[in-house]
Amino acid sequence: MSQTNNFSNHRLVNWFKLSSPSAFYPLAGKLIPFFWVLTLVFGLAGLWVSFFVAPVDAVQGQGYRIIFIHVPASWMSMFIYLVMAAWAGLGLIFNTRLSAMMAQALAPIGAWMAFLSLWTGAFWGKPMWGAWWVWDARLTSELILLFLYLGFIALRASIDDPRRADKASAILALVGVVNVPIIYFSVKWWNTLHQGASVSLTKAPAMAQTMLWGMLLMALCLWMYSIAVTLMRVRAIILEREAHADWVRQSIEVKS
Amino acid sequence: MSALLAMIRRDLLLVMRRKSEVLTALFFFVVVTSLFPLGIGADAALLRKIAPGVLWVAALLSTLLGLHRMFAADYQDGSLEQLALSPQPLVLLVTGKIIAHWIVCGLPLVLLAPVIGIQFDLDASSLYVLMGTLFLGTPVLSLIGSIGAALTLGVRGGSVLLSLLILPLYIPVLIFGAGAVYANSVGLDSSGHFSLLGALLILALAFIPWVSSAAVKIAIE
Repeated sequence: MSQTNNFSNHRLVNWFKLSSPSAFYPLAGKLIPFFWVLTLVFGLAGLWVSFFVAPVDAVQGQGYRIIFIHVPASWMSMFIYLVMAAWAGLGLIFNTRLSAMMAQALAPIGAWMAFLSLWTGAFWGKPMWGAWWVWDARLTSELILLFLYLGFIALRASIDDPRRADKASAILALVGVVNVPIIYFSVKWWNTLHQGASVSLTKAPAMAQTMLWGMLLMALCLWMYSIAVTLMRVRAIILEREAHADWVRQSIEVKS
Repeated sequence: MSALLAMIRRDLLLVMRRKSEVLTALFFFVVVTSLFPLGIGADAALLRKIAPGVLWVAALLSTLLGLHRMFAADYQDGSLEQLALSPQPLVLLVTGKIIAHWIVCGLPLVLLAPVIGIQFDLDASSLYVLMGTLFLGTPVLSLIGSIGAALTLGVRGGSVLLSLLILPLYIPVLIFGAGAVYANSVGLDSSGHFSLLGALLILALAFIPWVSSAAVKIAIE
């Protein structure tokens, strides 16, 4: 596997080469510290802006500051599902192992983000709405998104043959991605039909510029964190699934 | 086309030889819906209000009971592989199995629902709407369920896993199905719900047989 080290010699990176686990493994190892540094930088900047720079909200007081973690986590949970389905679809079409491994590595962090979003949402809802939970369209669809993640993880975990697990879970992820908008709109219409929008998240007053900045910085922080964690997880998955390959047996990290 | 009909006939014949499995799912529907008044109390106004939701959730769960059987027996004795190897397109055969499942697990619910509805003190027009929504909705349940049934073939704890995978995908059908009955009972127009249920059925019919047959191919690979 000497060719893994010489892609820096080429002017054009051969992207397809990176789809092989043995080539991706060292690259991911090099990228991980970089993403951790970015996570720290964005996280510190975002926390500083959200705690010290952003003004106190006129209506909601200090408690509103939880949105700086809540909103980015919700964005990430939805975005990661799309990325996961895209990797799963790529794996299904091109039959590449790495794509399926990426989908597998993304699922837990996506589920975690969905959970975080629900949890922080409950903490925000108690002082603001007086209830831990309301059957609002967004809350309900976020909960269903969490169920979809859990289904994906459970299906993967219960199929022993990894190749079959890749394909079966890829189909489930793609079906889920088609269903997410349908579920979102059906829940939204159901909500308006049943009780009328007692709570509206959308008519938030025009946000102060600094609040928006805090939210964006925190979103970038979570973004970098997700990438870093996914790369770490995919490295572990590669080692586990390629354990029979020579390059894994001879790699220094495994031997030591 | 004859392959499709032959598939439906075969599956129905197999079910007729073993009636107990089907009847179990139907009894489940009846028993579960009868438990609610016992648990909640026999207040007629309250029962009328919860009837659409209870009936629909019970319908969801009882179709789920029969789903595991859709491919599992054929997978175990190898006839699913023979079906996949046959010159007929697998999509047609899978569609046949889905239709057979609906005839066995969905259609009886449509016919039983008015009887249960009377227990919940629904009026005549609500009963019609309930039957209509079940008629449009239960085929979608069978179609979506077939994906889960194919994906969990030969998997440890398959039937529990199946419910975890499939129930979240059933939510739109539940919302529009129960919503139509509810809207009708409070004097609103329920045609919008019917249109949406019909749209779901058409979408599901157009795409899901292909997805399910892909899933079957993965399982027998």
